[in-house]
Amino acid sequence: MAASAAAISQSGSLRGSPLSRLPDRALRIVLTALAVAILTLIAFFFIRLYVEARPAFARFGVFGFTFNNDWDVSRNVFGALPLVVGTLITAAVALIIGVPVAIAAALFVTELCPRRARGPLTIMLDLLAAVPSVVYGLWGVFVLIPKLKPAEQWVTDKLHFIPFIGGASVAGPNYFIGGLILAIMILPIVSAITREVMATVPADHKEAALALGATRWEMIRTAILPYSRAGITGAAMLGLGRAIGETIAVTLVIGNAPRIGSHLFDQGYTLAAVIANEFGEAANNPIHRAALIAAGLVLFVLTLLVNAAARVFINRRTALA
Amino acid sequence: MTVSLSTHAETPLEQKRRFEHGGTTMAAGHRVSLKNLSAWYEDQHAVKGVDLDFEPNKVTAIIGPSGCGKSTLLRCINRMHEEIPGTRVEGEVLLDDQALYSDAVDVTAVRRAIGMVFQKPNPFPTMSIFDNVAAGPRLSGTKGGDLRERVERSLRSAALWDEVKDRLNQPGIGLSGGQQQRLCIARAISVEPEVVLMDEPASALDPASTLRIEELVEELKTRYTIVIVTHNMQQAARASDTTAFMLDGELIEAGPTEKIFTKPDDERTERYVSGKFG
Ligand SMILES: Nc1ncnc2c1ncn2[C@@H]1O[C@H](COP(=O)(O)OP(=O)(O)OP(=O)(O)O)[C@@H](O)[C@H]1O
Ligand SMILES: [Mg+2]
Repeated sequence: MAASAAAISQSGSLRGSPLSRLPDRALRIVLTALAVAILTLIAFFFIRLYVEARPAFARFGVFGFTFNNDWDVSRNVFGALPLVVGTLITAAVALIIGVPVAIAAALFVTELCPRRARGPLTIMLDLLAAVPSVVYGLWGVFVLIPKLKPAEQWVTDKLHFIPFIGGASVAGPNYFIGGLILAIMILPIVSAITREVMATVPADHKEAALALGATRWEMIRTAILPYSRAGITGAAMLGLGRAIGETIAVTLVIGNAPRIGSHLFDQGYTLAAVIANEFGEAANNPIHRAALIAAGLVLFVLTLLVNAAARVFINRRTALA
Repeated sequence: MTVSLSTHAETPLEQKRRFEHGGTTMAAGHRVSLKNLSAWYEDQHAVKGVDLDFEPNKVTAIIGPSGCGKSTLLRCINRMHEEIPGTRVEGEVLLDDQALYSDAVDVTAVRRAIGMVFQKPNPFPTMSIFDNVAAGPRLSGTKGGDLRERVERSLRSAALWDEVKDRLNQPGIGLSGGQQQRLCIARAISVEPEVVLMDEPASALDPASTLRIEELVEELKTRYTIVIVTHNMQQAARASDTTAFMLDGELIEAGPTEKIFTKPDDERTERYVSGKFG
């Protein structure tokens, strides 16, 4: 071994000239620089946001700002709890509605639909991601809100015994509509990742299930879903990240009321929406501005947490496979 | 005694039969007959008009060069061939006297009556040893003590129980390759089939594990009709009662293993078993 390696390095024809190694070295330097730049940017973002948000944190405390249930611009009091709650409710609704539909769509495309329809269907699903979010918002305002109101009222009347859902009088714009819009918006990414994960289920396992006399649905349950579970969870987390951060569509349909709504069909507010709406008017009010940036920071941390959780799930999946 | 394939629900008689079948009493086996069976992938004619009987409680080996259609033939028997898009089957497969491809037949019932073991051990990777074997019986609603008993019985039949009885809750993929293959055999017989199909079940295993599988096949034939595809000539000679030789999608010759290996009728069989082409 060692002898032959020495022979190779001695034979002039096999020794690379320094020049020929140049592209490799250059590539490595450029890529390293880019990677460092990205990390620096994120760190810079974080520090900058914190510096800008300092006045708000100084006045209300980090904990107080995040968890006080009082956001009142006229009194210069800023507690972000209603916004955090609104963000979490809409994101949860988005997941509860969006993820099952995304899984169903992925299952349909990978396992059930005729092979010829597979391509077109996939493209259409992916196209949902290309619709600008303001279009979703406007569609929510002009179509979903008026059309769904009677249905929402019917549901809340029928489910009057369930706290938070039943017995409400439905507001036009509300948490539910916000969550529904978000569900549609996260559908393409969650479905695409789920599809990829399902495509990696070895044919061996599917055939093993079928050969035991499983029906198609039983095969999905015994072979496909257990194998893809971790990957689907990761996909849902990425969708959640997107739902938490989405701004304009939610701003249009959430009602923009800075309080914790008393039920699912009540008006509310989210972190992202409050920043988009109030930033203009906050220009001349330093504490308001600081509070909005602090809201951005809370949003940033929330998104990071969610993405970290997604990473953990996805890693566990790869460890398993 | 017939096997009912048209419905999921078992009649009391059938349940009784299954009960006896699962106990130590030796059940009379079932015969599989292929009548002019042909199979296609798109336009490719992979199995060409095969007539062949698999005798009850006998091991039939299918041999032949790579690509001659052995796996395809095997997958026609439990109707797995149709799972591949663009495929087609013509002719008949009979289990005793029921036509498996007739319209009234439920394909899931066919697969429960005719189990299959694959070339590569393929336990469900997320499931424990127990759950791997329990997966099949669970599909038909077996639960609790019945299920545990069924799992134990299947693992015993697959000569794996003593090795795994203390770690039933550990993942199935944590076993060695040979153990995994026996786990797959346990899984296949857990749904109490009448026939077991094996597609080169030992080709991914070391010689010792291969021998264990062959011994197991020998035991299993007392209860099942067994069809085994193999590339290994010695294995066919050792483990089977009947051997069928295929070439290019056609069945060239089938007969008692000893005859096929010593004085076959067809000159092509002779050349193949003596290793002159392959
Ligand atoms: N999924 C498939 N799609 C198209 N053609 C196939 C497919 N599977 C097998 N074939 C073709 O059908 C023919 C028979 O294949 P088959 O797998 O039955 O052969 P085999 O005898 O089992 O071979 P081996 O001993 O290598 O496993 C081959 O020519 C093969 O190329
Ligand atoms: Mg094969």
